[in-house]
Amino acid sequence: MKNLIKTICGISVFAFILASCGDGGKKASTVDATKKQGFVKCGVSQGLPGFSNADESGKWTGIDVDVCRAVAAAVLGDANKVKYTPLSAKERFTALQAGEIDVLSRNTTWTLERDAAIGLTFVGVNFYDGQGFMVRKATGIKSVNDFKDGVKVCTNTGTTTELNMADFFKSKGVKYEPVVFEKADEVVQAYDSGRCDTYTTDKSGLAAQRTKLTKPDDHVVLPETISKEPLGPVVRQGDAKWEDVVRWSLNVWIEAEEYGVNSGNIDSMKESKNPAIQRIVGAEGTKNGEALGLDQEWSYRIIKQIGNYGESYKKNIADTGILPDRGPNNLWTKGGILYVPPVR
Amino acid sequence: MSFIQNKIDRIDKYLSDHPRVKFILPQALLLIFLFSIIGYFTFNASSNLAARGIDTGFSFLKNKASFDIQFSMIEFDSSMSYARAYLVGLLNTILVSAIGIVFATLLGFFFGILRLSKNPLASGLATVYIETLRNISLLLQIFFWYFTVLRLLPSADNSIILFDFVYANIKGIYIPRFVWTNLNYFIYGLIFTFVCVYIFNKYANNLREKTGKQLPKFLISLSLLFIIPFLIINIFNVELEFSYPKLDIQMGIANYIGGVSIIPELIALAFALSLYTSTFIAENVRAGILGIDKGQKEAAASIGLTNTQVLRLIVIPQALRIIIPPTTNQYLNLTKNSSLAAAIAYPDIVLVFAGTALMQTGRAIEIVTITMLTYLTLSISISIFMNWYNKKVALTER
Repeated sequence: MKNLIKTICGISVFAFILASCGDGGKKASTVDATKKQGFVKCGVSQGLPGFSNADESGKWTGIDVDVCRAVAAAVLGDANKVKYTPLSAKERFTALQAGEIDVLSRNTTWTLERDAAIGLTFVGVNFYDGQGFMVRKATGIKSVNDFKDGVKVCTNTGTTTELNMADFFKSKGVKYEPVVFEKADEVVQAYDSGRCDTYTTDKSGLAAQRTKLTKPDDHVVLPETISKEPLGPVVRQGDAKWEDVVRWSLNVWIEAEEYGVNSGNIDSMKESKNPAIQRIVGAEGTKNGEALGLDQEWSYRIIKQIGNYGESYKKNIADTGILPDRGPNNLWTKGGILYVPPVR
Repeated sequence: MSFIQNKIDRIDKYLSDHPRVKFILPQALLLIFLFSIIGYFTFNASSNLAARGIDTGFSFLKNKASFDIQFSMIEFDSSMSYARAYLVGLLNTILVSAIGIVFATLLGFFFGILRLSKNPLASGLATVYIETLRNISLLLQIFFWYFTVLRLLPSADNSIILFDFVYANIKGIYIPRFVWTNLNYFIYGLIFTFVCVYIFNKYANNLREKTGKQLPKFLISLSLLFIIPFLIINIFNVELEFSYPKLDIQMGIANYIGGVSIIPELIALAFALSLYTSTFIAENVRAGILGIDKGQKEAAASIGLTNTQVLRLIVIPQALRIIIPPTTNQYLNLTKNSSLAAAIAYPDIVLVFAGTALMQTGRAIEIVTITMLTYLTLSISISIFMNWYNKKVALTER
């Protein structure tokens, strides 16, 4: 019987330990945690050329990757101090909520439901996209209005794509069959083999995935765009400091292009008399870094190490042939809709 | 110290005087402890979720799903609720598991018996089949059937045509749809027929036990099975027509419309699950038959039973007792393995509910809990049924 009493005591101690560890570590700020661990925990896609894609040597490149690199350059001083976690569309939000990653930069569409109901905050937009359809040229389909009953549509699970196409086909009164895969590579394989008549996802994604088909030239992306897909980085709700750091790393990256500051000329720009440029290069007496809890040269490092938004776009998306035309992703001063709040 | 010692001794004495309390107390404490742990985790999770601004609760089940599902046994479209989407996924899981279980059992028995054959070619073939398929990862087999074998099928406008009414192409296999008139009378008629056959068999068995007279049970049952439905079809005017799938080419896209389409995802998954699981069942069957003592067969032969009778009356009933319990495990495995469907776009509960619905609502904890409870319920139902069946065939010791 003494054993019983001992057991009860043991269990109580165990329960007490369990209860006390639940509340610990909740309040630590992400900026401090990032500085302490020495790298930015960044969630990316499992391979989408132009946005986040790993090459043979495991080096990640893309316009989404550059957002994480910018944060690393701002907070840690080195754009390469990023730990990438490739995530499926399904896993991405849980990984962010659970703290496995601190920034999600994975061609993620900003919607009300995601912003409001699942404890996340979208900090901005780094790519304006829209959903489109790709078909075989041989079918002679020229427009989304040519789709008829029984059309088989391949796509990914866990994206706004599934909802948009349901709305789209419903409004057109067309009965379609969605064939929904977990991974983008399987969608490509299924579409390529003829299981589906069309492949739908964001247009940039279609352009990127088209390069993976056996005969890319046999396929064409239809001109229509059936949805708005503003893609941007996401952080957890409730850490305002970290949110600000990510938001303004993104904004300064875009604003640098507006003022013509790039990785090549930023050192000479240090002499500039323009106050906006002085703020970007972190000249004497500017307060941006201090306000964010960073040092004065945070934005200088971003542009020096990564370049401005235009350079990233050119390197990752235009020169790779994915979307040579910047379209809406041009600056507002050049006919696009890229317009960021002033970095001051 | 002696004060505490004193207390402990008193509790000790009390407990040894009251054996019932001594028996119940530890269990009650353990139960309270378990409940507090569960309560603690629930509280901790819900308060943390609320602190992070994540919505919780099951009310989302009533919300509009807003997505479509490729293949559904009940009516479904994007204006229906998440609860309905759950049901669609659940039925699809049950469908593929049921198909898998039936074929795995048939193939399992076939190859299990074949492996015991005295013909070296037959037993060698069975050995190769079993050893190959059970040693390759199931996911790979699913990919093999889906991405390799089914992909060899032609495009829709060059379908393979079997018996003039089955069309196989890369988008699926299309068969005629049954269009019934007065189907309900036919179903009532079938039920009536089975009841008749059952009553007749009972009567024939009674007669044999009382008088030793043997009726041609099999022949009479068979004729009942044909005559009654035939009468019903003619009296109540039951008709069956076929709606054949028709090739429809619009805007360069060829599709079959009408008829029933069996999607390639279902075929690949059912194939892979049945073949993989059948190898384990085959081994169970072999073990069951080898487990019967040789003396049993010899004794049966010595009282003049024929070879078939020995197998049917002596060997199989005894072997079943050995075969059923491990085979139940295989049925459970098959059902759970069907969740690999998500890899090849078969809309089972994991893809539809724990995939798309989870993603659209962000209710990870709720949805994963529901999905786990669903698998638990499915598995327990199969276990209960198989245990009942096992009891039925088990040796009754008097």
